[in-house]
Amino acid sequence: MKITLFIPCFIDQYYPGAGIGMVRILEKLGHAVEYPESQTCCGQPAFNSGYWDEARSVAETMLDAFRDAEVVVGVSGSCGAMLKVFYPELFHGHPREAEAKALAAKTHEFSSFLVNVLGVGDLGVSYPAKATFHDGCHGLREMGIKREPRELLKHVRGLELVEMKEAETCCGFGGTFSVKFPEISTAMGEVKCASILETGAELVISNDSSCLMQIQGILDRQGKKIRSMHLAEVLANF
Amino acid sequence: MGTESIQFHRDADRLTHDLRHRGLIQKALGGYYVKRDEQKAKYTDWQEARTSAAAAKYEAVNHLDKYLLELTEKLEARGTKVFWAADGAEAAEYISSVARNAGVKRIIKSKTMTGEEIHLGPALEKAGLEVVESDLGEFIVQLREEPPYHIVFPSMHLTRGEIDETFQKKLGSPHADTPEELTMIARGVMRQKYCQADMGMSGANFAVAETGHISITENEGNARLSTTLPKVLVSIVGIEKVIPKLEDLAVLLPMLATAGAGQNMTCYNTLLGGPRQPGETDGPTEFHVVLLDNKRTSLLADAEQRDALHCIRCGACLNVCPIFKNIGGHSYGTTYQGPIGSVITPHLRGLQSWKHLSFSSSLCGACHEACPVRIDLHHHLLQNRRNAIAEKSVWWEKPIFAGFAWFMRRPALYRLAAPMLRLGAPVLHAIRGKFFDPARMWTGTRDLPPAPPQSFKEYWRKRNG
Repeated sequence: MKITLFIPCFIDQYYPGAGIGMVRILEKLGHAVEYPESQTCCGQPAFNSGYWDEARSVAETMLDAFRDAEVVVGVSGSCGAMLKVFYPELFHGHPREAEAKALAAKTHEFSSFLVNVLGVGDLGVSYPAKATFHDGCHGLREMGIKREPRELLKHVRGLELVEMKEAETCCGFGGTFSVKFPEISTAMGEVKCASILETGAELVISNDSSCLMQIQGILDRQGKKIRSMHLAEVLANF
Repeated sequence: MGTESIQFHRDADRLTHDLRHRGLIQKALGGYYVKRDEQKAKYTDWQEARTSAAAAKYEAVNHLDKYLLELTEKLEARGTKVFWAADGAEAAEYISSVARNAGVKRIIKSKTMTGEEIHLGPALEKAGLEVVESDLGEFIVQLREEPPYHIVFPSMHLTRGEIDETFQKKLGSPHADTPEELTMIARGVMRQKYCQADMGMSGANFAVAETGHISITENEGNARLSTTLPKVLVSIVGIEKVIPKLEDLAVLLPMLATAGAGQNMTCYNTLLGGPRQPGETDGPTEFHVVLLDNKRTSLLADAEQRDALHCIRCGACLNVCPIFKNIGGHSYGTTYQGPIGSVITPHLRGLQSWKHLSFSSSLCGACHEACPVRIDLHHHLLQNRRNAIAEKSVWWEKPIFAGFAWFMRRPALYRLAAPMLRLGAPVLHAIRGKFFDPARMWTGTRDLPPAPPQSFKEYWRKRNG
């Protein structure tokens, strides 16, 4: 299967390791990957801020970038949900609505693609660590991804996965919310980090790097020695 | 920023730093989660139950014209007077005139958020009437001259010690330690008030069109006393409270109890069908139902967000909302707090004045997941944001997002972002959190990750080099 990569701007700029991890895993599984270089941002910051016209104009570059793709696999639950759930809404009544719907239908989040489409569980990797998993809200509630990352992590040799008390509670990132309401966002993040610390894990894993930026940003400021990694980086440890 | 928004930012920022408050709310809700999950587990299929509950409300809300008339007809057939109030002023005016005509001096009231919404208590007090709240939590916040903190748990922000203090100060009661003692103090005051009151006032959880009944749910028995003891009864009912059939209560009552308070069923569920009938020996001799619009019809006109009228005011969305849990109920400055409040307040009280509540959300969707009637709450927050900006964009945001869109439409230019970030990151790190740090809204409380040695795009180019 020829897989087209969706690497959100956030991953591209700050967390390329997650994207690279995804490439290595998909290639190891014997799939050809392509990466349309014209992709930039999914438009979510403008969309979430109420600027739908601006968001749509950015989203159109994504419709162009992925026009010929067979399947699109993204390495972020949040940006994936933007394509899969919100593009049809953003383009509702617009001339390119059908294209937006077509893109939504062929877009997958990385862990869900591995488990549900490729039927993969065990990637044959080891990563000795005591870890906890944070469910990014968009992946969890917009795309219904909960079981998949755990299914993949279950098979990682040496990885002890400890569930935190409120794994499904938002980390407080929320895109532009995090800088529009920094006090509230940080308080939410502190609550999340307290749940993480309570597990005694040395590593926090997520399928969303934006959540990890918030979590790691707070843990670093608190001087805590916990690392964070994107799921794809852990699974690419071969 | 409008005054509402300034107040919100100020109060929310203050409470997010109040770790005592955070602990108190977490503890209170921790107990709720356990009980709620126990009750949910008793359902064969909670998701199906949500679908049924939503279907009942959908039917009612999308045929209000039919069901409100049916409700009115059935209520009037047994001698109830039905008054249609367009807004709070009309409702208060009508209730004052009912009181005047019946020579009423004292009113005993059982919890009604609809009454809170239109500030009914103060309006009636202004008309010279004594209004006493009989719900314990509401009674406490009334004594403290505070609005309810939470639509279901009005005084959940208070400790036993604070309630004791309030009682000592306002009621002159002796120091009390236990919840039982405190309840007895409140009861001592209230029993007198029930006997003295010549008018009872209530809200409604549901209004059954098929049979013409007002359905009231409560745990303390105070609503039963308030609605049956005084000679005149007034129930104030938001028009969205109507449901088609009596059997709809079979799904809605237990779901309200489970989602709202983690109960199997609420202790007292009362159906009020009319005033005292010929041959009956008790009950009010006059029963008035005030059907309140107060901008509900403008929400009804918005097909996209009409399902917000499904709300049964259970408070489940507040209980799971991480924003609510950190900023508390009073910060909202609204009658209805939490996600549902953020969604409907702009419709009820003006989008531009209340849009900040829709922006103050991480859009995590926990509210939608918790909602027993499947209101698409977090997506409505997005729609409110869109509508607010379409109506009036923010002068400094508009060029930023126009610039953002211009930049992101140019992949060649975008490629320069990575080297720029590498150049800028050490500078940003050095000035982080300072006044002139452009990222200080982030770095004031959080670190930024270091810029990676190469972007994904650079990796890809090199790889295919």
